[in-house]
Amino acid sequence: MSKNLRINNKQFVDETRKLSFIFNGKKLYGYKGDSLASALLSNDIHLVGRSFKYHRPRGIMTSGSEEPNAILQIGNDDALTEPNVRATEIELYNGLVCNSQNCWPSVKFDIGGINNFLSPLLPAGFYYKTFMWPASFWEKYEYFIRKSAGLGKSPIKQDPDMYDHRYLHCDILIVGGGVSGLIAAKIASDDNKKVLLLEDKELLGGSLIYDDSDISKIDNQKSSEWLRKFIDNIKKDKNIIIKTRTSLAAYHNYNFLLARQNLTDHLSVNERNNKIRQRLYKIRAKKVIISTGAIERPQVFHNNDRPGIMLASAVKKYIDYYGVRCGLENVIFTNNDSAYETALSLHKSGTKLNAIIDIRDNSSSEIVNQVKNLGIQIYWNHTIVDTKGYKRINKVTVMRLNDKGNDVIGKKIELNCDCLAISGGWTPMVHLFTQSGGKLKFDNKDNIFVPDKTNLDQLSIGSAKGDFELDDVLKNSIKYTKKFLNIENSNFDKIDVKCSKEKEKKNIWLLPSDRPLSKTKPFLDYQNDSTAKDIKLALREGFKSIEHVKRYTTTGMGTDQGKLANMHALGIVADTTNTNMGDLGTTTFRPPYTPLTFGTIVGRNVGQFFDIFRKTPMHEWHVDNNVKFENVGQWKRAWYYPKDGETMHDAVQRESKAARESSGILDASTLGKIDIQGTDANEFLNRVYTNAWSKLQIGKCRYGLMLNEDGMVYDDGVTTRLGENHYLMTTTTGGAANVMSKLEDYLQTEWPELDVFLTSVTDHYATASVCGPNAKKIINKIFKDLDLSDESFPHMSFKEVKLGDINCRVMRISFTGELSYEINVEASYGKHIWEKCIEAGKEFNITPYGTETMHLLRAEKGFIIVGQDTDGTMTPVDLQMDWIISKKKYDFIGKRSLYRSDTIREDRKQLVGLLTDDPNEILEEGAQIVKDENKKPIDMLGHVTSSYFSPTLKKSIALAVLKEGKQLKGQKLLVPMIDKTIKVTVSDTIFLDKENERING
Amino acid sequence: MFLINCPYCGERDQSEFVSGGEAHIARPKQPTELNDDQWAEFLFMRKNIKGVQFERWNHVHGCRKWFNVARDTSNDKIEKIYKMGEQPPKL
Amino acid sequence: MKNKYSIFSLIKNAFSNHENWQRAWRDPEPKKEYDAVIVGGGGHGLATAYYLAKKHNLKNIAVVEKGWIGGGNTGRNTTIIRSNYLWDASAGLYDHALKIWEGLSQELNYNVMFSQRGVMNLAHNLQDVRDLKRRTHANRLNGIDAVWLETDEVKKFCPIINTSQDIRYPVLGGTLQKRAGTARHDAVAWGYARGADEMGVDIIQNCEVKGIKRIGDTVEGLETTKGFIKTKKIGVVAAGHSSVIANMAGLKLPLESKPLQALVSEPVKPIIDTVVMSNAVHAYVSQSDKGELVIGAGTDSYVSYTQKGSFNIVEDTLKAILELYPIFSRMKMLRQWGGIVDICPDASPIISKTSIKGLYFNCGWGTGGFKATPGSGDLFAHTIANDEPHKLNAAFNINRFVSGDLVDEHGAAAVAH
Repeated sequence: MSKNLRINNKQFVDETRKLSFIFNGKKLYGYKGDSLASALLSNDIHLVGRSFKYHRPRGIMTSGSEEPNAILQIGNDDALTEPNVRATEIELYNGLVCNSQNCWPSVKFDIGGINNFLSPLLPAGFYYKTFMWPASFWEKYEYFIRKSAGLGKSPIKQDPDMYDHRYLHCDILIVGGGVSGLIAAKIASDDNKKVLLLEDKELLGGSLIYDDSDISKIDNQKSSEWLRKFIDNIKKDKNIIIKTRTSLAAYHNYNFLLARQNLTDHLSVNERNNKIRQRLYKIRAKKVIISTGAIERPQVFHNNDRPGIMLASAVKKYIDYYGVRCGLENVIFTNNDSAYETALSLHKSGTKLNAIIDIRDNSSSEIVNQVKNLGIQIYWNHTIVDTKGYKRINKVTVMRLNDKGNDVIGKKIELNCDCLAISGGWTPMVHLFTQSGGKLKFDNKDNIFVPDKTNLDQLSIGSAKGDFELDDVLKNSIKYTKKFLNIENSNFDKIDVKCSKEKEKKNIWLLPSDRPLSKTKPFLDYQNDSTAKDIKLALREGFKSIEHVKRYTTTGMGTDQGKLANMHALGIVADTTNTNMGDLGTTTFRPPYTPLTFGTIVGRNVGQFFDIFRKTPMHEWHVDNNVKFENVGQWKRAWYYPKDGETMHDAVQRESKAARESSGILDASTLGKIDIQGTDANEFLNRVYTNAWSKLQIGKCRYGLMLNEDGMVYDDGVTTRLGENHYLMTTTTGGAANVMSKLEDYLQTEWPELDVFLTSVTDHYATASVCGPNAKKIINKIFKDLDLSDESFPHMSFKEVKLGDINCRVMRISFTGELSYEINVEASYGKHIWEKCIEAGKEFNITPYGTETMHLLRAEKGFIIVGQDTDGTMTPVDLQMDWIISKKKYDFIGKRSLYRSDTIREDRKQLVGLLTDDPNEILEEGAQIVKDENKKPIDMLGHVTSSYFSPTLKKSIALAVLKEGKQLKGQKLLVPMIDKTIKVTVSDTIFLDKENERING
Repeated sequence: MFLINCPYCGERDQSEFVSGGEAHIARPKQPTELNDDQWAEFLFMRKNIKGVQFERWNHVHGCRKWFNVARDTSNDKIEKIYKMGEQPPKL
Repeated sequence: MKNKYSIFSLIKNAFSNHENWQRAWRDPEPKKEYDAVIVGGGGHGLATAYYLAKKHNLKNIAVVEKGWIGGGNTGRNTTIIRSNYLWDASAGLYDHALKIWEGLSQELNYNVMFSQRGVMNLAHNLQDVRDLKRRTHANRLNGIDAVWLETDEVKKFCPIINTSQDIRYPVLGGTLQKRAGTARHDAVAWGYARGADEMGVDIIQNCEVKGIKRIGDTVEGLETTKGFIKTKKIGVVAAGHSSVIANMAGLKLPLESKPLQALVSEPVKPIIDTVVMSNAVHAYVSQSDKGELVIGAGTDSYVSYTQKGSFNIVEDTLKAILELYPIFSRMKMLRQWGGIVDICPDASPIISKTSIKGLYFNCGWGTGGFKATPGSGDLFAHTIANDEPHKLNAAFNINRFVSGDLVDEHGAAAVAH
């Protein structure tokens, strides 16, 4: 720390706690309470970055979130490093490591600086006009463009930090803990409202809390003193919840707001362990009060971007809050009174102020008079026409303005300085207001946009509303808040405020220079290097809308999102095109207000919490038996159970052989199950399935096919009639939730007259499906008293039976073509019944099989899987399942669509079987089928939907959808692969047991 | 993120609901009587109004009830919520 | 060309301090009558006007735009360009566009920065694998350069993807189309506008259509905020507002307009050099030339014209991004916005005549219209000029919703077992 830059300041900075940090490899010191920016400044470091395009040296310019230049890479750990952090917003901690970005080899000597000399070739939008020849070279140009673009570096390892979400509800949300927000909070609290107050800084009080001026007084006390006591009061108020280090990120419709709280970024790295880094608050507020303040504008003149050029308000804050002088030889350049507060702060702190340059003719306000009395040289009606100093400003050149303010006259005056404090007036922070959909209006007197109309229950107060002087801020905030909350009287109605009043105003968006504009560099957007020239070029080229100008010149598109640049850009467009700024409108302010970490947005929903795991009650058994799982929707389904290093193919061959030759067992718990009850349940099924249900007897099961209203197959499954008015429907695993929703929709909205109740019972029951020639023997061992004879318990029927105290629903249904029983029990008994089956089946080599084997077994029988053999474009007729469409029923979901001109075409794609000429060749699922592979363009007839090697048939089999497939049985076709063409023959879809004999064991 | 006042549960966050599109498109009672054009009108054609639209919403992560909403699609303001089977309000 | 852009013209203009660049397009008042009026000054509309003037010898053309050109979905999308579609009709349409993209900067003399950095689609479950392989086979046979990648090849092509098999939805492979990529969205609108303007097309901004006048079943002209414009041919390319215009003509379309959101991160040095899309976990990401991560989110379930979606959609998208790229957790969202996308029931567009003579619609592009811009403009121009679709857009007629002959590009996404 440079001794002559530090001012003794015990109030906000703790000089007893010295902290070390590393900037660009150099060890430096600051104090607890410093921001990284103030610590750098106290070490006489202004130059911290290079600009995006021209790589011009840039210094710290502000003290807040509008900072365009001091954007640093924090940390050098591969996982913890963070790009593009504003030095002005980060609190200094011990051991902080930071580096300049976008420069090579160093911020002091940056090769990219050559761009500054090429700048005549790089006007706005130059890249649209070149890099086009030769055509193939764009990618080579682009490689270099990409390399030079970007600011910091992304981490390259996984973030170990935790992030969190929390919901908050309140009567009144107050955004911004400056004086207006605090007063509003108190008024609301006194009215017994639940108040939530957010402040993005560590401390409450805004800029008034460190204001050392003795001009402004509240109730006859120094305003900062008054405020300090007031804050102590607020903190004790039980109605007010205060969240500091919490910045409002987004203001959405219906008063839904997002705020981010920083919890550890101000701590040293070893203090952060096991703490949540950031928390996202999702806030629902009945009413919202925006008191986010205003930010100071720079002025736009030639070479206004050198390190050492700072906003006047920032210079003041560094002195009054952080106790840091930004320079030893200061000059102020202003168009308004507020910079005179900086002058007083400089004076009070004993810092040299060489001169004030003011574009106004004069000012007679109290504060200016005070400065005048100090004998400080003020150049009225003057402007800066140039600055000198490559890595730090060392001179300004000043000239007199002409009467119109559009040119300069007289002699050049040169003034020395190492810090130039500039002020172009103030811009209310209306970002949140506009994000919420509010409309702005332009105030011609102050050249500002202020909140106007809104649909939401919200209020803007303080300088965010356009009140800049303390008496207006307080009195209007009180008045508006009372009106907003419908309050007659408040405890502040007699508040007495004194302050200096500004009388003279003058604003020139682009200050004139002694050189032609083309020879100057008056920057608007410091980060993106866009200048007033660029704006004018865009206008000359026909870009008229402000959005066009913004996009063409990239003004306002940096990480500060135009907080400093936008007003000047608008002003220059308005002046150039002779338009009123109010008619021009603003560009859209998009959320978030300040950048929001992805991790914060996602919160805890990462890693294993990314999505729900749905596990069947038998899950642990599968794990213990070396299962491989398949993701089906949210479910983990047993896929196959490899033994002793088996491949999936080996395992599936073994599993399916066992199921066909002796017995297999499948966990079918994931199938969707819907309990249907009511006197109209039967009619309901008639309407939702294509087939007829009227004659289904109690205790019997039936397969059903469900269509979408567009006639395409939607879902399928077996439904069992449990009682007179009671059915249990099963659906596909992946389709369960959608089927349930669809059925509820029809029931509630189309057929409310039906007496039907639906309950999803998928999770309530576990299902073990035992199949194979020995299935009956196994079931018999478990349910000794159950009559399993075909007469008593035929295929497609159901029995209720007890196993000890466990109620079991046993269905004799089959998806494999084998004799097969599905035992349904309450979920908590699932593992028990599964183990019972395994135990009973031991002597029959009962083999657990997964979805892969299940798919193979059903494919041998030609059973479809909805979603695999269908894709939303297949009708039941296409699937050659005409038999399932009831001819008698007047209507069912999707029926009408089956008779449209396209759906009745004979040459649609239809489900067929395919056999490869080489029985060992297994087709790839998804492979396309053609007749002639030499014809161009090639005519694709269809594709392979399911394909397996059948150990039972000892050949490969496949299902496919094929144009005019029904007509093509026996035809030879081709399946062209990348490296070969496979010959196939179209076959029937049933490959095994066409007579359905195995179903009886 | 709207707040939707479910007629059965009260005010809830929009993320608990799913929209079912334009309301008052009754499924034809006699689909087979319709020609392809009329059926397509029912199946696919939508007013897609910019302004107040009558639409269906389902409290899918709540009571799972369907109900109707009159909402201005130009600013997402909900004007009125009414139950299934009720006539749309005159606004 | 009156004002050819090149490095030489840049140098030349640098000497005159860039004072002498000509206007990229004029700012005319509407004439009383045009041969054809395009409603909607987005990429598709401007391209339509450009090709009408260039290929169909129609010179008296206007584009009317309610706001500023390129201000709708053209300037709001994530700029992904690819042609690896499943069905022949779609593949034909999008590959036609892709072929034009490949020479577009030169054709327009405007650098649209078409960057063929490849688009990878990831598979996260076995049905994804089947579907993507099916698509890849179809693409290959249709002459589209798509290949299947195994998981290790996915990792090799984009090393920052988390391909661990232990994550919730592991990457099981993917497809890659190398000719696919991204372009600079604004430049596409501006390039076509400049090209069209040069051929005499009047681009009329801040001109909102208020009504469509017709006599019987034939159009007569447009009522606009800048007065009545007489014309016999109206091509509507109004994206999210298509139904609004259709309603003026007494037509209903099979469309719903829904919010679609996108976001960008703060700019960083190159970290991802391709476009990666994942339907199953819903995350699309690429990195712009400026260094921002460009991330596409999903659509909301409801109709809205507010250009704002609900926050939980953004949250879900970033969840998926962090699942696939855990290194991005400390990256920061810089901007988030929404557009209004007009979605057809089959997720395919409409480029079609209507029952009203002289009224044509180009709409229903849903979430993926940007990639088709040049092809869509070309084919729509053909349709308007000849009152007959080109064979490449014949399948995309409105009548398909009556006959049932849909081009169902999302049907294949059905998940069931």
